[in-house]
Amino acid sequence: MENGLLGRMGIPRLIISLFLAFLVAMAFSYGLPMGQIFSAMLTRFGMNALLVMAMIPTIQAGAGPNFGLPFGIICGLIGATLAIELDLRNFTALFFAIGVSIPLGAFAGWLYGLLLNRVKGQEMTVGTYMGFSIVSLMCIFWLMAPYSSPEMVWPYGGDGLRVTVVLDGRMEQLLDRLWSFTIGSVRIPTGLLLVTIFCCILLWLFLRTRTGLAMSIVGSNPRFAEASGLNVNKYRMIASIISCAMGAAGIVIYSQSYGFIQLYQAPLYMALYSVSAILIGGASLQRATITQALIGTFLFNALLVIALPVANVAMDSDISEIMRVIISNGIILYALTRREVGGDAR
Amino acid sequence: MKLIQRNIVPILFIILCTIGFQYSGLSWMFFANDLMARLARNSFLVISLIIPVLAGMGLNFGIVLGAMAGQFAAFITVVHNLTGVGGFFAACVMAIPFAVLFGWLTGILFNKAKGKEMITGLILGFFANGVYQLICLIFIGWLIPISNKALLLPSGVGFVNTLDLKIWQYAIDKFYVFRARGIDIPVLKYLNNINIPVLTLVIVAILCTAVVLLFKTKLGQDFRAVGQNRHIAEIAGIKVDKVRIIAVIFSTVLAAWGQLIFLQNIGNVQVYGSHVQVGTFAVAALLIGGATVSKATIGQALLGTVLFHALFIVSPLAGKNLMGSAQVGEYFRVFIAYGVIGIALALHAWQRLAKKT
Amino acid sequence: MTAKARLEMRNIGKEYYGNRVLKGVSFTLDEGKVLSLVGENGAGKSTLMNILFGMPVIHSTGGFDGGVYLDGTSVSIRSPEEAMKLGIGMVHQEFMLLPGFTITENIKLNRETTKGNLFSRLFGKPMKWLDMPSMQKDARDSMDAIGLGIDEMLPVRGLPVGHMQFVEIARELDKKNIRLLVLDEPTAVLTETDADKLLEAMRVLTDKGISILFISHRLDEVMKASDKIVILRDGEQIAETTPDETTIERIAELMVGRKIESGQMHGRAVSSIKDEFLLQIKELHVEMPGEAVKGVTLDIKKGEILGIGGLAGQGKIGIANGIMGLFPSRGEVLKNGLPLRLNDARFALDNSMAFVSEDRRGTGLLLDDSIEFNIVATATQIQGKFMTRGKLRILHSKAVSDYAARMIKELDIRCTGPSQLTRRLSGGNQQKVCIARAITLAPNLLFVSEPTRGIDIGAKKLILDHLVKLNREQGLTIIMTSSELAELRSICDRIAIVYQGKLEGILLPTDSDRDFGLMMAGEYHKLHEKEAV
Repeated sequence: MENGLLGRMGIPRLIISLFLAFLVAMAFSYGLPMGQIFSAMLTRFGMNALLVMAMIPTIQAGAGPNFGLPFGIICGLIGATLAIELDLRNFTALFFAIGVSIPLGAFAGWLYGLLLNRVKGQEMTVGTYMGFSIVSLMCIFWLMAPYSSPEMVWPYGGDGLRVTVVLDGRMEQLLDRLWSFTIGSVRIPTGLLLVTIFCCILLWLFLRTRTGLAMSIVGSNPRFAEASGLNVNKYRMIASIISCAMGAAGIVIYSQSYGFIQLYQAPLYMALYSVSAILIGGASLQRATITQALIGTFLFNALLVIALPVANVAMDSDISEIMRVIISNGIILYALTRREVGGDAR
Repeated sequence: MKLIQRNIVPILFIILCTIGFQYSGLSWMFFANDLMARLARNSFLVISLIIPVLAGMGLNFGIVLGAMAGQFAAFITVVHNLTGVGGFFAACVMAIPFAVLFGWLTGILFNKAKGKEMITGLILGFFANGVYQLICLIFIGWLIPISNKALLLPSGVGFVNTLDLKIWQYAIDKFYVFRARGIDIPVLKYLNNINIPVLTLVIVAILCTAVVLLFKTKLGQDFRAVGQNRHIAEIAGIKVDKVRIIAVIFSTVLAAWGQLIFLQNIGNVQVYGSHVQVGTFAVAALLIGGATVSKATIGQALLGTVLFHALFIVSPLAGKNLMGSAQVGEYFRVFIAYGVIGIALALHAWQRLAKKT
Repeated sequence: MTAKARLEMRNIGKEYYGNRVLKGVSFTLDEGKVLSLVGENGAGKSTLMNILFGMPVIHSTGGFDGGVYLDGTSVSIRSPEEAMKLGIGMVHQEFMLLPGFTITENIKLNRETTKGNLFSRLFGKPMKWLDMPSMQKDARDSMDAIGLGIDEMLPVRGLPVGHMQFVEIARELDKKNIRLLVLDEPTAVLTETDADKLLEAMRVLTDKGISILFISHRLDEVMKASDKIVILRDGEQIAETTPDETTIERIAELMVGRKIESGQMHGRAVSSIKDEFLLQIKELHVEMPGEAVKGVTLDIKKGEILGIGGLAGQGKIGIANGIMGLFPSRGEVLKNGLPLRLNDARFALDNSMAFVSEDRRGTGLLLDDSIEFNIVATATQIQGKFMTRGKLRILHSKAVSDYAARMIKELDIRCTGPSQLTRRLSGGNQQKVCIARAITLAPNLLFVSEPTRGIDIGAKKLILDHLVKLNREQGLTIIMTSSELAELRSICDRIAIVYQGKLEGILLPTDSDRDFGLMMAGEYHKLHEKEAV
């Protein structure tokens, strides 16, 4: 059993894969536009991959999944809105947004890391609520900030920025359409996927450098790390910085693919979805690999993409959102109740 | 000095509320009446958090399930048109089996995630909400037949967004309303002209007494023992797992009744919304009253409810007058709620670490 | 008619998966008498107590041989609750008190006196009122009986250690049916005055007819308080005697004595090792919970194998841990004449010292990582080994697996391959991985703590032989800390004994059992002081 398919895949991955296969079969039988559906699956995969990979550094460093990812996401939103405020377009806008987001995200990660190091054992709970509160604080910022771009501010003199800022004509689908080609009726968003692969390679290399190895050692056994002369807090801090920076860049990539910048309450649950995705991919609360992040991102998003049209045909209701809530939170609950091997993360 | 240090959080909030009240421009009477109504309808929910805290499970974000249990009971009374005080108490009775079941499931989950109860409760709340929506939006009208079609969405499946509760609105609030007039004594004269919902407050008082008495029983002693050290309690022969489940069941049932009291004051149920923030707001209120993750008293619950809701009332208007936008005030109060919880959790984690070394 | 003995343990034996830890232990204990159990760590005392107290660990591993008789009747104790019902009480080494409760509440924990009410009639016992006045009176009675005069409503938090110990005893006394009380190292944490008070309290209890099983390594107390003394060694009962018939030295000798043929000792003569000192320790203090070091001064010669021995809790484990920076320390340590910075694990590792910790699973291994990663992990960080050349230096997988394969072969690590998780290995093989990791750092001084604890005989010999090989072939100086005197005597050149955090003395492997026993019990100096006078 241990080394069989079930043991290697893990129960959640197996169940979700089967469920996905089932829905795909149903979709075919209903005659739904499969080309569009597969294209959407690929796009959503690329959109979310970096945000999910952002979970890896903190998990490997023993601080659990980064429930405080909103800290980084907000920096990304600031970068993106700044790009529009400065009336930049196309690749200039994209590079500017990312260029601003990453250092901001790193700084936010540093602040968050200070907190994380004081609350060892309770990172998840503290991260969730601090993340919620910073999002709420930022709502006040979006409301009051001195932006003047007509695309972002409410028309007819309202207060502050709109809830959703449209990216049409600026960065919308920039990466997706770059070098994209079509196979049959499926559109491959090449630029987006290339960026994703690039990020994977960067992360993979980092994890194998001396610092990256140190980070994994610290997460695997802090006592061992200390006995080996490593400063546990330092590497947890590095993990937080990298994770939030990835979150910042990740939301820019997400937004350009989505075509909208979502402000205000939107980032509240993004951390939770990323956590669910990586857990679905087979990661645990203490160990996560890049492969697991990619598999999880694909499974989670593919499921969501296909659920809506199938549900619409089968039962004519909005079951997609409900399913997302049940599956994403269900997998986190499952992970929380697994018997942990060492450590006591709340 | 030590007194101030120990009660720094409520003191800070008293100051914050006073400032907010000044800038809100509200009249005392309006403010006090609103505050009284909120105190009456929310205190039960906050008090339901105390037992799990003392039993060592931290802040029970899972009271959302209790709220859902209460709402299911409310739906039943609406479908069968049970009115008045009788209808309200019928709802309370019908909520019990739901709440006991949900509390039992929550307790089992908490036992599987010992040491991680708070995050588990939080995620469980989200998960249960998904299941709840599944039931109310998909199963109702389809798998669960409802005779009264007016309660359903046009497609015939799923509850409408808002269910009217006029059948027993104010059932206990307006049972007997006491309104003081012409009191001349210096401080007490502020109580003039405030509608005091006597029956509701009496019920809350009975609950408070019950909780106090509970901790004078063997069961209460077991709660406290388990809350201090599971291992030692186990060695002494206490059935730790069972005791924890009972504590959660108590909490869930109280939350169910708390939600019903809340709904009878509001007069309607947002089927997909009324219960969602219950956990966050109740926990924030308890913490503002000065409670911590490991210790909570009734006094702190009541004080916290008053302060939290006072802030809630004045924020939008203070925001409008100070910053030019009521929205700012609304976001501010949400920020405070989340922030208070985040900081309390951080402090608790910090203290636990300091104690270990 | 002769009265039946209060407790009789007849021919008790216990095996853990083929590993025999107790064999043929038999003794009787009469009503109102005190029997002391004496022995080294691993002698079998804890296992014997676990059997008496019905601990789950005994029954889930195949039960035990022999029989237990209480007041003449054969009893079968399958759980701590059953033990309590039969009147057996136990005061453990770690205090089982809830700090947030009062003394009374602790004494009455889960045995509170209750009064019925309306709800209890409906819902049962849990809803009954606590009868505080009655509980207070019971607590007061028990406390007065053993001379604990403080207020019974004081919270336990903040009580001095001595008082907490007495509260534990009062709790057992309050269990009215108590016939036999087991005290497990009760004086270990007490001052001398408190210890004397405890011995007095024991007399009060025995006057009431309660029998006491006293486990202690403080031989002077054992001589003072016992009616009977039973000495265990390696799971067997070596002797049964009374204070009148024996001396402290004789007890010490029996505790540690073993037949070791001279051919099995590999230690070299003092003259064959140069007097060049590699490490000089002066007044080392280490704050390691349970193994505190309180001023050790010791010099280690270059190229020797030095053993550090002593009973558990006396501080021998703390020395290595302190020098390698795992626990707060102060004092002066010189390596090759140069001062060593304390409280800095990195510094120690950078200075060619390595440590194989006694806490194999907690500190010594990355359980959820592969064997190969475990072996190279520390080296990648401290010495940058196993990384690729070039601008970007990342882990060189092939170098790692090649090296690991070599180590696996050299140390004969039984595994399915270098990528197997260390969690899956047996204790002995895990230990070999730890040693491999230390060797990879190419140190010139190796600290090894409890190298063969929990390892089967075959693997034991292999590990010890390998250590000797490293010393002879590479001149690696080894400092080996161990509770097993026999293995220290088999490979060390000199052996230092630590008692109460200080150096009690240094012996040669060939010195007498008596000297070893006395040093470990801390009686050596006392005795020799007496002789001097």
